[in-house]
Amino acid sequence: MARKLLLEHINVPGINTLEVYRQKGGYRAVEKALKTLTPDDVVEEVKKSGLRGRGGAGFPTGMKWSFLAKPEGVARYLVCNADESEPGTFKDRFLMTHIPHALIEGMIVASYALGANTSYIYVRGEMMPQIRILERAIEEARAAGFLGKNILGTGYNLELYVQPGGGAYICGEETALLESLEGKRGNPRIKPPFPAIAGLYGCPTVVNNVESIAAVVPIINDGGDEYAKIGIGRSTGTKLISASGNLVKPGVYEIELGLPVEEFIYSDEYCGGIANGKKLKATVAGGSSVPILPANLTLKYANGEPRLMSYESLSEGGFATGTMLGSGGFIAFDEDQCIVRNTWNFSRFYHHESCGQCSPCREGTGWMEKILHKIEYGHGTMEDIDLLWDVQRKIEGNTICPLGDAAAWPVASAIRHFRDEFEWHVKEPMKSQSTNYGLANYANPIEKQVEVKQDNL
Amino acid sequence: MSDLVKVTIDGITVEVEPGTTILNAARQIGGEIVPPAMCYYSKLKGSGGKCRTCIVKVSKGSEKDPRPMPKLVASCRTTVMDGMEVQNITSPEVLEARAGVVEILLINHPLDCPVCDQAGECDLQNLSYEHGLQKTRYEFERRTFDRIDIGDKIQLHMNRCILCYRCVFTADQITNKRVHGILNRGDHSEISTYIQTAVDNDFSGNVIDVCPVGALTDKTFRFKNRVWFTKPIDAHRNCTHEKCNGKVTLWYKGEDVLRVTARKDQYGEVEEFICNECRFDKKKTNDWTLEHPTHISDTSVISSNHYETFKPLPVIKENLALQEANKRELEKSIKF
Repeated sequence: MARKLLLEHINVPGINTLEVYRQKGGYRAVEKALKTLTPDDVVEEVKKSGLRGRGGAGFPTGMKWSFLAKPEGVARYLVCNADESEPGTFKDRFLMTHIPHALIEGMIVASYALGANTSYIYVRGEMMPQIRILERAIEEARAAGFLGKNILGTGYNLELYVQPGGGAYICGEETALLESLEGKRGNPRIKPPFPAIAGLYGCPTVVNNVESIAAVVPIINDGGDEYAKIGIGRSTGTKLISASGNLVKPGVYEIELGLPVEEFIYSDEYCGGIANGKKLKATVAGGSSVPILPANLTLKYANGEPRLMSYESLSEGGFATGTMLGSGGFIAFDEDQCIVRNTWNFSRFYHHESCGQCSPCREGTGWMEKILHKIEYGHGTMEDIDLLWDVQRKIEGNTICPLGDAAAWPVASAIRHFRDEFEWHVKEPMKSQSTNYGLANYANPIEKQVEVKQDNL
Repeated sequence: MSDLVKVTIDGITVEVEPGTTILNAARQIGGEIVPPAMCYYSKLKGSGGKCRTCIVKVSKGSEKDPRPMPKLVASCRTTVMDGMEVQNITSPEVLEARAGVVEILLINHPLDCPVCDQAGECDLQNLSYEHGLQKTRYEFERRTFDRIDIGDKIQLHMNRCILCYRCVFTADQITNKRVHGILNRGDHSEISTYIQTAVDNDFSGNVIDVCPVGALTDKTFRFKNRVWFTKPIDAHRNCTHEKCNGKVTLWYKGEDVLRVTARKDQYGEVEEFICNECRFDKKKTNDWTLEHPTHISDTSVISSNHYETFKPLPVIKENLALQEANKRELEKSIKF
């Protein structure tokens, strides 16, 4: 069994209450941090641990914390981004539902490290039960003296608030989240200035994902060096993966980074293989925003070496043959799934969720959705596929926030790897309405690249 | 001089104050290298960054950190660094991306220029003339909205809007109360007022001037005339409003003042905001002290037939073979 850090006690009855959580060693990190460490020590531990942001971008958390501006006399804020709305990702909701105190403990330690006296947990509006759970947990923690004034007699004050959002995907983008938290329309801000300089109410702010904050607890308990031993290369520690799609056992799994993708999909400890004895056709490795990969490239690099679940390994080969770990929303597609339909579905989501602030994303996402709808329902032409490619290229990189990129990548990768299937939809419009393209050659081993000798050139 | 920073845009070096944006540095140089701006408005704080037409390539970040910026950046919101090198019209990548933005801005635009009051002084028209495609590749139904009156003198054609947010910033910063804003999200977003509240205050008319397209139109001028048939003349009056200095442009057709607007500079930005009384109520010549005809750029359609006489292109003037071939046209122009 692999080591579990976050979900170690997930099956203990009553772990959502403070009492049981403390029996299992909860709030040790708060005591250790507040009583024995200085805020800078905590930041140093997190830096040593090599923890990378779990929300999608994978930016080192310790670095992010050390970039926080610390002007005199200005409040600093820590905001927890619990606006988890990426299709295919549900790890934060799981964590908040079952072990809310892990998040609260992490929030206290992180706020102490950053010198924040007011911290917010911005939860997506649809997660009303989780908001209630968190509020109850905060009350319990306050009653036990972990929140409020003079925590554990150390003189450190912290107020923690839960703020429900309105349920918009764009409010998961950190600056849109801050706008929304301030009570404005959730439009992403134009950076710079970054939140570390001017964030919430113009004050220096750090925005972290739920899982990143919860991961601070084991880092403080065991030390950053110990945490860094888990994992591979620059991808340290454990990661929650929300596995969904045509798997025997979909669900939230805590993996040590560096686990082979093949083992994750097929071993009984994790997903247990593809449901109903079907074959794997494609995967989306990190939530809907990351490029989709055919089965052969999911399991192995282009050069035939096995692919691992880590930030570097999944992005090996760039966008030509790689993808991204993203937020860890692992979606598996079996041979009966239609990639065109799936791409259309993703596109529809981004069209619906685009905030409408900058033009390429506002108009382009709708355009892509319409073209994909046309192809999916058998009215497409070959020019439409090229047009689609052109439109996504005009969106990518030209927008204020990463939502434009997130809308463009799935479309780009679907055309890049599954062009045959798009062309089949165009050539066989009637057939494509009743049957699927099937597995085709997407699971075949990749032919070894022939090395071309450069001497004679 | 030490506190000025050096920035090179398309090979032309200029020294500007630190904190200047690339767009404003380019405007100090002037000419063709100025990126077009649809949403940025120098008089409005916080505007810009949304339309993405002003994107440029930063090929060298600064003297200290010479790495290029990974993406194209919005020049209206990116501040210059010392030693920065920017490519605008010299970079095919920028021109292609800009053409993409223009195409995307136009896919839901009704292109009803023949009946639009803004035609002839429309930023989007100029932009698409320069960068747009000949033919649309968008074959789906365009999004439509109903026209609404958002005040007794202002009509909103949401179909034409490109959501630049300029009118929102204007209402925030120039008027004392904003009652209109963006409703909804994504490509359903629209400018509107809450439950049909009327926009009603002394400076509300300025939203018409800041609108880069024909989305916000002056109801007192609607369908009265095409702008290129009118003659703009600068004028002023002693306005009693404390914040308005009464300096305007009157647009004449014959003896009649058809409309009054604020004076605009070469980038289509108003020099000073004017009050509604000047704009809507003073439409007689004897209300005003006339100054002189407004200078209109000779590339504008408004100036055609008015100030500049037709000149044959320099290429034709110098080439005898071409002159021979264009004889009839040249005669026509001389007569003209």
